[in-house]
Amino acid sequence: MRELKGYFNSPVAYVILTLFLLICGWFFASGLFLVNTADLRDLFSVIIPLSFLFFVPAITMRSIAEERKSGTLELLVTLPVRDAEIIVGKYLAALFLLACALLLTLSYPLTLGLLGDPDGGAVACGYLGLLLMGGSYLAIGIFTSGLTQNQIVAFITGFVIIFAFFMLDKVVIFFPGSIASVFEYLSVTYHLENISRGVIDTRDVIYFLSMIVVFLFLAVRTLESRRWK
Amino acid sequence: MIEVKNLSKLYGTTRALDGVTFTVPTGQIMGFLGPNGAGKSTTMKIITCFMPPTEGQVTVDGMDAQDESLAVRRKIGYLPENTPLYTDMNVIDYLTFVQKLRAIPAAEFPRRIKRMVEQCGLGEVVRKDIGELSKGYRQRVGLAQAMIHDPEILILDEPTVGLDPNQIVEIRALIKELGRAKTLILCTHILSEVEAACDRVLIIDKGKIVADGTPDGLRAASQGQDRLFLEIKGPVPEIRAALEKLPGAARVAPLEGDGAARFMVETAGGRDLREAVFVLVRDRQWVLLELRREAVRLEDVFRELTAH
Repeated sequence: MRELKGYFNSPVAYVILTLFLLICGWFFASGLFLVNTADLRDLFSVIIPLSFLFFVPAITMRSIAEERKSGTLELLVTLPVRDAEIIVGKYLAALFLLACALLLTLSYPLTLGLLGDPDGGAVACGYLGLLLMGGSYLAIGIFTSGLTQNQIVAFITGFVIIFAFFMLDKVVIFFPGSIASVFEYLSVTYHLENISRGVIDTRDVIYFLSMIVVFLFLAVRTLESRRWK
Repeated sequence: MIEVKNLSKLYGTTRALDGVTFTVPTGQIMGFLGPNGAGKSTTMKIITCFMPPTEGQVTVDGMDAQDESLAVRRKIGYLPENTPLYTDMNVIDYLTFVQKLRAIPAAEFPRRIKRMVEQCGLGEVVRKDIGELSKGYRQRVGLAQAMIHDPEILILDEPTVGLDPNQIVEIRALIKELGRAKTLILCTHILSEVEAACDRVLIIDKGKIVADGTPDGLRAASQGQDRLFLEIKGPVPEIRAALEKLPGAARVAPLEGDGAARFMVETAGGRDLREAVFVLVRDRQWVLLELRREAVRLEDVFRELTAH
């Protein structure tokens, strides 16, 4: 909660939110009007996941890198709070911003609701999947933000790692079966598609939750890195 | 009470601290002096639990800074070097934020903020973003932040760097006032700051403690020398010879001067030579234009201990 104010005080949040909505809206609407089909599957499995690639590291790039640079990190970690609490606080704030962004995209399925009759369950599953995926991306972003004091570096490394997870299942065809299934399991898109198909499998949920936990844990370690020097 | 025992810190292969040991009893205002890069900030960062030492131990009121880090951090108010602050928050939001992190009950927020605003003179800027504030006000916000939970221990790392002379005087007065009834460590390389405020001075150089005592004690210990500055009208070589013969004159050095002879005489053992000089000048029928005695300043002690 403590970080939230930081996000909404600065224009950054609004710029990112607006951009995100513009991009999603553009692709969604162009599909709607040009091709004359209204397809929510596109929204959930292509448009939003793609924009998350850029949007999520942009949210998180500041979170630790900026504090490291300005020296406020020194103040923060000498206050009586645990390193893990700092990371979780920052994570929750970023997650809230992400949830706001997703909430605002609700207008698309609602528009479709006027025109046709979208499957409410599928929409809910789609959103759950996106939230889980975005949540994992955020954890990655916070981790990379902790690695450096340069926001740009944080953004790019975050993007690269997220992109790698995103692309994994698109390159599996080049690998032999056993490796391919490992890659497929590690791939974000694979699990996202499972969920947005409407199948909420605990394996997929566990996959995302463990991604979040692993990267947040690594982020805590980056804060602790000051102790190893 | 802060006890620092045999503290060493290595950055890579550079030894920033080398066996530093000292104790600050409760209620003392201690000045921590040293040239840039001597290890002052490193020591402070270890005491405030920002990072652990390579060797040695810090205890605050008997609690180990590493094992009981959270409890130690609760007791300390810290203003790091360069006063880092969140520039996009306004003063009240920021102070509220710090109180939340310090787990102060929300009911006390207004009272504590009001007290800090009064003590630190923040009345005019409470609604402004910290980024808009002048350096002097930022320093005050930094102090307010460090003091808001009424800590027993206050650690200030170079609180007057980058301020103009008026602001320095104000901040110094503020520190002196706030520091009453608190254990306070004031890190600085500005000597007048220490002379103005501290009960005790610790001088550190190249990671080692080189002096420890009251400002007066350090001055006295430093060879106990006084200096006389003289300007005498008369034959220069003769005057010099006569001065050198005075009992208690350790060294006579001629100074630049126009026409008259100017000398600096160092006296050993704290003897006052002014009377002897006057008698000498009167007997020889010279003219005494200037006679001034100067005690050793803390600056000289500092330079002597830390010049390489």
